[in-house]
Amino acid sequence: MKSLKAQNHPLANTEYEIELLESSDFKGRFENKLEASRLFPLKPTQIEILQINMGKMCNQICKHCHVDAGPDRKEIMERDIMSHCLNVIRENKIKTVDLTGGAPEMNPHFRWFVTEIRTIDPDINIIVRCNLTIILANPKYHDLPEFYQQNNVEVVSSLPYFNPVKTDAQRGDGVFEKSIKALRMLNGIGYGMAGTGLVLNLVYNPSGAFLPGSQQGLEAEFKRKLSTQYQIEFNSLFTITNIPISRFLEYLQRSGNYEAYMEKLIESYNPSAAANVMCRSTISVGWDGYLYDCDFNQMLELKVKSPESQHIKDWKQSALHNRNIVVNQHCFGCTAGAGSSCGGTTA
Amino acid sequence: MKTYYNPEDLKKFGKIGEFQKSMADKFFDYYGEVFKEGALTAREKSLIALAVAHAVQCPYCIDAYTVDTMEKGCDEEQMMEAVHVAAAIRGGASLVHSTQMMNKAKEISM
Repeated sequence: MKSLKAQNHPLANTEYEIELLESSDFKGRFENKLEASRLFPLKPTQIEILQINMGKMCNQICKHCHVDAGPDRKEIMERDIMSHCLNVIRENKIKTVDLTGGAPEMNPHFRWFVTEIRTIDPDINIIVRCNLTIILANPKYHDLPEFYQQNNVEVVSSLPYFNPVKTDAQRGDGVFEKSIKALRMLNGIGYGMAGTGLVLNLVYNPSGAFLPGSQQGLEAEFKRKLSTQYQIEFNSLFTITNIPISRFLEYLQRSGNYEAYMEKLIESYNPSAAANVMCRSTISVGWDGYLYDCDFNQMLELKVKSPESQHIKDWKQSALHNRNIVVNQHCFGCTAGAGSSCGGTTA
Repeated sequence: MKTYYNPEDLKKFGKIGEFQKSMADKFFDYYGEVFKEGALTAREKSLIALAVAHAVQCPYCIDAYTVDTMEKGCDEEQMMEAVHVAAAIRGGASLVHSTQMMNKAKEISM
């Protein structure tokens, strides 16, 4: 399987994606729903999280990936952009730095960057969105668990289900088995284990065109199954709704589920979830340094609406704080049901 | 093509109050209460509903509770086992009546 970009798929073109999302004749428009909830234009609350996409290169090609990441994607963040990120973290009292990709660990400057962030402040919450299989992909990555531990990194890893069939269907053949091995390595040095302070959270994405159920109920089921069948422990499960862009949008269209899925998202609009969407407290940085309201807007190339501060080297806290957040129909994914964010439910 | 069952009609279920509101309101209140977490989890209740949907052969309910069980984290194997429970009870219900047939047959036989 190749990325949509390598296939020259029409959905690799963000203008086409946006046109498709906007042209569909659905009953509700996201702006109107926000307006009815007295949230339009959507404004930031406080910028607390800097989510940095270190590149689109990845060792996996997941079928739902909103980044369209994979081994054939070569776009990765250079060290000078990371230096600008470090300045912003240092000068703006950022509380959480959330490193994502692709597989962020594949960026050759990854370890330097994490170490530099930790040097700024021992209390910054550094999150690495680790796909687990990267730990086993090459001997040079085998010591990643120790590296995370030394830098007090919170590990957040996707595991869509507690069996191989569903996990491999979404993330590729053999991913479940490798993920279990990697989770055991992480547990082995204390990640996810009570009393260690080393946090290991898992992410559940539905393996298909349906919404996630109760985060609490799924977490209990995951804990029971992973503990009894695989002797694996973790801290929390974050349920995340699949956002209808990129590869998941391609799947929805190909499988004939697009309209029904969008209708379900729109019907499930929850004003409480809308009030707590993550873009109100996050700035997302692209591999080339451009700024976005979230990782999904980044993949749609919808830059922040603050013309004087659209790149990490031009960071202006007040301009970003006063901007209007860019929304479109894909945003219904974050406001459906109990809400969805990179940290799970929001309502 | 006209059929007695139209998948789109499932979306109209909530509108049955148009013809009789008070009873519909009472039913949906009750329905909501039944499916809340209680002594059984919402997940367990959803699997029961899926099994019953097959027993009563309601296509709307089968669609609705296939999605609901998947949303609640059930996998296909668990869902099929629930349907087998329904099938076992339906089959058993027929077969257990064979004792009546056997009683009657013995009654009228030499």
